[in-house]
Amino acid sequence: MEIFIQVVYFVAAVLFILGLKKMSSPVTAAGGIAWAGVGMVAASIVAFFEPGVFDYSSNVFLIVLAIAVGSALAYVTAKRVEMTDMPQMIAIYNGMGGGAAAAIAAVELARLAGGHHEMAAVNQVLAVVGALIGAISFSGSAIAFAKLQGLMKKTIRLPMHMVINLGLFALTLIAGAIIGFGHDVSIQLVIVFFVMALVFGVLFTTPIGGADMPVVISLFNAFTGLAVAFEGFVLGNAAMIIAGTVVGSAGTLLTQLMAKAMNRPISGILFSSFGNAGGSGAEEAVEGSMKEIQAADAGIMMAYANKVIIVPGYGMAVAQAQHKVQELTQLLEERGVTVKFAIHPVAGRMPGHMNVLLAEAGVEYDKIFDLDEINPEFPTADVALVIGANDVVNPVARTNPDSPIYGMPILDADKARNCIVIKRGKGSGFSGIENHLFYADNTRMLYGDGQKAVSELIASIKEL
Amino acid sequence: MIEGFTALYIFMLSAFTGYEVISRVPVILHTPMMSGSNFIHGIVLVGAIVVMGGAETDLEKVLGFIAVALAAGNAVGGYVATVRMLEMFTTSKDKKAA
Repeated sequence: MEIFIQVVYFVAAVLFILGLKKMSSPVTAAGGIAWAGVGMVAASIVAFFEPGVFDYSSNVFLIVLAIAVGSALAYVTAKRVEMTDMPQMIAIYNGMGGGAAAAIAAVELARLAGGHHEMAAVNQVLAVVGALIGAISFSGSAIAFAKLQGLMKKTIRLPMHMVINLGLFALTLIAGAIIGFGHDVSIQLVIVFFVMALVFGVLFTTPIGGADMPVVISLFNAFTGLAVAFEGFVLGNAAMIIAGTVVGSAGTLLTQLMAKAMNRPISGILFSSFGNAGGSGAEEAVEGSMKEIQAADAGIMMAYANKVIIVPGYGMAVAQAQHKVQELTQLLEERGVTVKFAIHPVAGRMPGHMNVLLAEAGVEYDKIFDLDEINPEFPTADVALVIGANDVVNPVARTNPDSPIYGMPILDADKARNCIVIKRGKGSGFSGIENHLFYADNTRMLYGDGQKAVSELIASIKEL
Repeated sequence: MIEGFTALYIFMLSAFTGYEVISRVPVILHTPMMSGSNFIHGIVLVGAIVVMGGAETDLEKVLGFIAVALAAGNAVGGYVATVRMLEMFTTSKDKKAA
């Protein structure tokens, strides 16, 4: 039996890696997740036959009950959630994984404290490290969820936030070290350790602005992977080590890619509150004024254009405007207008967030382009239509070295012959930085909720 | 059971594998990819089942129950979310064929 269990774990690990590999191309992605799913089901079933699991039949009942409860809740929420809210759901499922890893460590440490358990010295340390990372990922992801869901609107900063964080982290590490290297583990200290780790996860995440949440969620994804890998060490389970580590390193790379796209060091995102403090003082005076346009005129501009590039942002997600955008696209294409989509790597709240929404609305992905591919095309576009995007099209990033977003690669919407910006009001974006694009001579502002404004555009084009 | 340096080698090789596998992912798949890798660390369910199976005291059982429930949520939620996202990716060619 033991050998059979190991064979299944081995096959599961292979399926996970192949699945991830297949997920790296749109054509094979759906097959990739299915493969990984088969591996997961097989590994979970054989886990019941590990030595010791069937020793207490009441435990087996509880396991099945727990799986039923957890699965049912996750299944219902994942099926029901709107595509726009996907990022926070990924955050919460990820946090659950981190919490599970921490809880596994908690059981091991509680056993150790109870004195009826032996553990190799290395494993004891690794259990603590996994517990720490998992607990931070758990509470941090919960905060990320609350922020994106709008349950927590304010970015809370305690006075001396950094100092408190550092102090708390140091204390957590000390408690962890005492538990990890100690001979007699006290259950009280284990509890204190977990509470401190959870609180640290909260305090670590609260000062980070909503615009930076994609990077943070990605980081926590990597954290959970690592925590799972460490607990895999403790349990001697190769499937957990492999799957956890692969996710840990892949997540780290993804985090780096995102931070790079924003041209900000990861440390800057995590330890400074860009979302609030950015831009004050160093602002350059804006020349010109915002010029309003009516939907009817904007519609005419687009209907008689040769090429239109649409730049969607978080505003499109909030307004649920992606279906209307697709309708507009089809309408324009029927009139012979070439329509392309320009996606900034950090548009929205996750990398690829806009792609998912557009895909949901039925926009074919061969019309969707990355920053590098589309930027040379803006000068040849008749109209750049910006829907609910702000910082990612702010030319200040190219021109003003004092600006907090200076150096961030942006979409060159300002280089199109005309630029129409759909925006709810006159306020500045998530970063609070004035957008010089809105004041440019070739820019016209179409005020209104994204969905309503696009509907008006559609109506005006249909009338032509 | 995997122990000591064997585990360390597995760790090292897996780290490079993860890095290589994801380095060629186009931006449009970043969110499904993150969701997919999120699903894969749902393998923590295996560990949770093993730990819960051996739970003796009430405290261990409560913690084990939490571990299994959370891990199952991670795996199922991650899977459903990923599949839903991937279902939506179509090309203009697919549509014409359909």
